[in-house]
Amino acid sequence: MRKRLLLALLCVATVLASCGSNDEPSGGATGTTGKTPATFPAGSTMDAIQKKGKIVIGTKFDQPLFGLKALSGQPEGFDVEIAKLVATAIFGSNLSGKTEFVETPSSVREQSIIDGKVDLVAATYTINDARKEKVGFAGPYYVAGQSILVKKDNTTITGLDSLSGKKVCTVLGSTPLKTLQTRAPAADLSILFDTYSKCVEALKDGRVEAVSTDNVILLGFIKDNPGLFKLVGEAFTVEPYGIGVKKDDLAFRTFVNDTLEKAYTDGTWAKIFEKEVGKATEIPTPAPPPIDRY
Amino acid sequence: MTVAVFADPLGPRGKVKVAVATVIGGLAAAGVLFIAFRRFQSNGQLEAKLWSDLFTGEALRFFWGGLKNTLKLAGVSLVLAMALGMVLALARLSKRALVRWPATLWLQFFRGVPLVVLMLFFYFGLDISKYTSIVMGLTLYNSAVLAEIIRAGILSLDRGQSEAALAVGMTDGQVMRTVVLPQAIRRMVPALVSQLVVLLKDTSLGVAVLYEELLRRGELAGEFLKNKLQAFLFVAAIFLIVNLLLSSAARWLERRQGRAKKVAPGGPVRVTGVEDLTVA
Amino acid sequence: MGVLFDNLGAFGEGLRTTAALTLASYLVALLVGTLVAAMRVSPIAPLRWLGTLWTEVLRNVPLTVLFFVFFFGFTKIGVSYVPFISAVIVLGCYTSAFVAEAIRSGINSVAPGQAEAARALGLTFAQVIVTIVLPQALRTVVAPLGSLFVALIKNTSIAFTIAVVELTRVVKELASVTGEAIPLYLGAAVFYLLLTLPSSAAIGVIERKVAIRR
Repeated sequence: MRKRLLLALLCVATVLASCGSNDEPSGGATGTTGKTPATFPAGSTMDAIQKKGKIVIGTKFDQPLFGLKALSGQPEGFDVEIAKLVATAIFGSNLSGKTEFVETPSSVREQSIIDGKVDLVAATYTINDARKEKVGFAGPYYVAGQSILVKKDNTTITGLDSLSGKKVCTVLGSTPLKTLQTRAPAADLSILFDTYSKCVEALKDGRVEAVSTDNVILLGFIKDNPGLFKLVGEAFTVEPYGIGVKKDDLAFRTFVNDTLEKAYTDGTWAKIFEKEVGKATEIPTPAPPPIDRY
Repeated sequence: MTVAVFADPLGPRGKVKVAVATVIGGLAAAGVLFIAFRRFQSNGQLEAKLWSDLFTGEALRFFWGGLKNTLKLAGVSLVLAMALGMVLALARLSKRALVRWPATLWLQFFRGVPLVVLMLFFYFGLDISKYTSIVMGLTLYNSAVLAEIIRAGILSLDRGQSEAALAVGMTDGQVMRTVVLPQAIRRMVPALVSQLVVLLKDTSLGVAVLYEELLRRGELAGEFLKNKLQAFLFVAAIFLIVNLLLSSAARWLERRQGRAKKVAPGGPVRVTGVEDLTVA
Repeated sequence: MGVLFDNLGAFGEGLRTTAALTLASYLVALLVGTLVAAMRVSPIAPLRWLGTLWTEVLRNVPLTVLFFVFFFGFTKIGVSYVPFISAVIVLGCYTSAFVAEAIRSGINSVAPGQAEAARALGLTFAQVIVTIVLPQALRTVVAPLGSLFVALIKNTSIAFTIAVVELTRVVKELASVTGEAIPLYLGAAVFYLLLTLPSSAAIGVIERKVAIRR
């Protein structure tokens, strides 16, 4: 009797445990019934994704303008729309039920790609050589630069050189942190969080005096909080945003690059930029950056 | 035991003193609440929109999704932790030292390491999924607690029961399975429900790996709707309500056991020394 | 493994902060908890209600949620402290609710007959409390208070979510910089065990020394 009960409990537990691995609801934009999706060479990643019936995209969930999870349960933003370009190229314009978004904050982007937890990552992902050793990059699809955000009435911080001894906030394990550590070693980097939105809150509350990361991310926070903040100094790095894919998957990388280039030439990229970034930050739509096929 | 037992019942002067103190106390309490209210108001935190945004259909569905995930984490971990805890408890009661010591080491390890460190280790170190990392951490940690509860439950049973069973000719295993455990488990139920409350609280550590349980959903909603204070207070209120309900259920179960004639003398299990596990 | 030794300095700093956080919070918890326990047994109704509100809220809301409400939420109403102080306040208040319950249990565990006998002998209220009830109550209370101390050591790890540079935050940062998560987290586990196991043992010794032999 005892044993049977135990066995039953264990069975229930295993069933519950195995049916529990989905974190977020899947689903994507509903499109009109559009052109039929293309066919891909057997064995290619595009073919595998098509057969799987959905594409798993890693993006940020709390980054205004790029990847911000709405109450509908779906993230919205520039990165999200760029990633959807790839989804459309594989599945056609009707994406309902074919996209699954997974949260990939800065610290897990590489590992998520390597482990195959996502098919690609579009999460303000700066291309650099160190990362190229672990993952492959398609793009870049935007070029940002690291900058500094301060309160509107701040006159003491004017740029990278005036950060000595000042509390600067950024994200643990991110590129902006490493840059600050090398180029502004005297800055006080004790208050760090796992998301930029927490840094901006800290700035608002006076806990830190500056937040430093890519300018376009900061501009999103400026627009979200009218009249509170301003950027100071020139951008002091070059941050090309790329789409992260598996390192040795050249065929997929080429496919994504082709998709991006098509969006450049037929005006889709410009439309997406204007809608997701330009309108909110009043940055004029730039020319799309040249794709780096390496 | 109230203060009345420590001293003679209050005379007329004493009663007046208490009455005066009560009025002053009441005014002080009202004063504190008023100050808090003014603080909220002067910082614009009483704006209707900040609060009403949390109660739209969309927002409530969003929070409900988070609550569902929280409950799922707690439920699955409880079942797994009970199974594992049972094994550990029996191991600790074993006559064989070779079985006892590893179990004791296991318990000491998982009671001494913070839960969040376990979760971070699984997620960042072993690259296990967010959900599984949280469940594994909760299971391992709570199996240690439950092992103690189960062991206390088993030990609390009148020895006469097992002695009589052995005298009738049952083996140790049969005694455990048919006589001891059924009674022990019935008496452990209130303690188990209390542990469920602890488990529910611990699921909120899932924020450390950004899993979308209730607190993380609260964070995201606060970010999206720009009402972090209200969102977090809302989440706190939900936890408060759910846990108060569970605690009352535990107390009701305890009272029922006290009244039931079927239960062996000794009443429901009360485990001390596990206050250190009522964390997070 | 080498990564542990290379970063002993950072580990040391994290440990120091963890220890400081534990001790400061425990002090706050004892002071506030005793006060709340007194409120809960007092004959003044409003104080009793406030005390009950305090313990019920703080024992049923998760610690992580409390951290977030205090650090990220209360700044909106002007209540803002640096991470370390915020952590001490939150951990201290959280633990104080359990301390209050432990003390209340301790007081209740003293047989009413003791107080009745003391009154029969003519002792005043203060004398009854100080010479008869409290000494016995305190001996019962040692075990749970000790448990709470060990729990507090572990709870300090949650403070990393509000940017306190204690041991867990140090390890998290090192892990993302060096990529060697496994040895680092195992090292963290060992360090925490070095804090919690001796504490548990010491409490066991104290408990046995003051145990009431019934």
